[in-house]
Amino acid sequence: MASTEEIREGLAEIVNEITGVPAEDVQLDKSFTDDLDIDSLSMVEVVVAAEEKFGVKIPDEEVKNLATVGDAVTFIEKAGS
Amino acid sequence: MGILEGKRILVTGVLTEASFAFHVARLAQQEGATVVLTGFGRMSLVERIAKRLPSPAPVVELDVTNTEQLDSLAARVGEHVDGLDGVVHSVGFAPQTALGGSFLETPFEDVATAVHASTYSLKSLTMAALPLMPDGGSVVGMDFDAQVAWPGYDWMGVAKAGLEATSRYLAKYLGPQNVRVNLISAGPVKTMAARSIPGFSDFEGVWNDRAPLGWDLSDPEPGARGVVALLSDWFPKTTGEVIHVDGGVHAVGA
Repeated sequence: MASTEEIREGLAEIVNEITGVPAEDVQLDKSFTDDLDIDSLSMVEVVVAAEEKFGVKIPDEEVKNLATVGDAVTFIEKAGS
Repeated sequence: MGILEGKRILVTGVLTEASFAFHVARLAQQEGATVVLTGFGRMSLVERIAKRLPSPAPVVELDVTNTEQLDSLAARVGEHVDGLDGVVHSVGFAPQTALGGSFLETPFEDVATAVHASTYSLKSLTMAALPLMPDGGSVVGMDFDAQVAWPGYDWMGVAKAGLEATSRYLAKYLGPQNVRVNLISAGPVKTMAARSIPGFSDFEGVWNDRAPLGWDLSDPEPGARGVVALLSDWFPKTTGEVIHVDGGVHAVGA
């Protein structure tokens, strides 16, 4: 199982690839919408890419609860364990 | 053996797994069709989603308002299939000023944008695909009941009324080429597109209260089945028609 930091790094790569936001800005306390300025469709793509990368399922109704990078990392950790 | 066995279908409008068009593509494949998708704007997202179909489908780029992309569509689709038996129009767009209750203030430019992308595009897409349908085919578009005014749907409602008329004229002009053109008027389903309609929640009560058959706002399958049926050989003499897949809401007054 990947560590928290490995998941954050993987997620940062995805966010960078899809939105162009520098990977080093994707830190646990950052909000996807307010800090990283990720729109709703980019968020959909980040979720789809994260599901593939980490082999987890992130249901639609769960996505709105993932406000920060840390929320997403925690969800992926739990879903993968 | 499925009802679309051997058929080649072009499906527009896939964006996410919640997209109505995604379910059309999925069911079409399950019924035996070969599916090619078109994508717009978020091509990398559409390509990821296309891999989640039962058989990963190729994606060609298409902005239905871009003449260059329309002109080259047949050639680009032709790289994946040797012709088409059906085309699904599941696209539309209206600027925010054209939705949500400011009907009386919407400038014409924004109305024109909505009609170009949502109404005229049925004609544009059909004509762009026509070279791939030398023996005829079935074109199916997505409608939302345009006989009455809805809260907040505004100029998109006007665009849908135009879509209904456009499909009748296409049916008239393309009938001699054995091309059928029909619409599915579906009840509301919570897709990305629906989320961008202010007042969408006002529709929900109508369907919950009035649909004789009931209606599940989270289930795109009934409408998608309607599309697949119209793409099949089981509506051979139906064209210029609007089929309601709305739980029966259109038929009752209260």
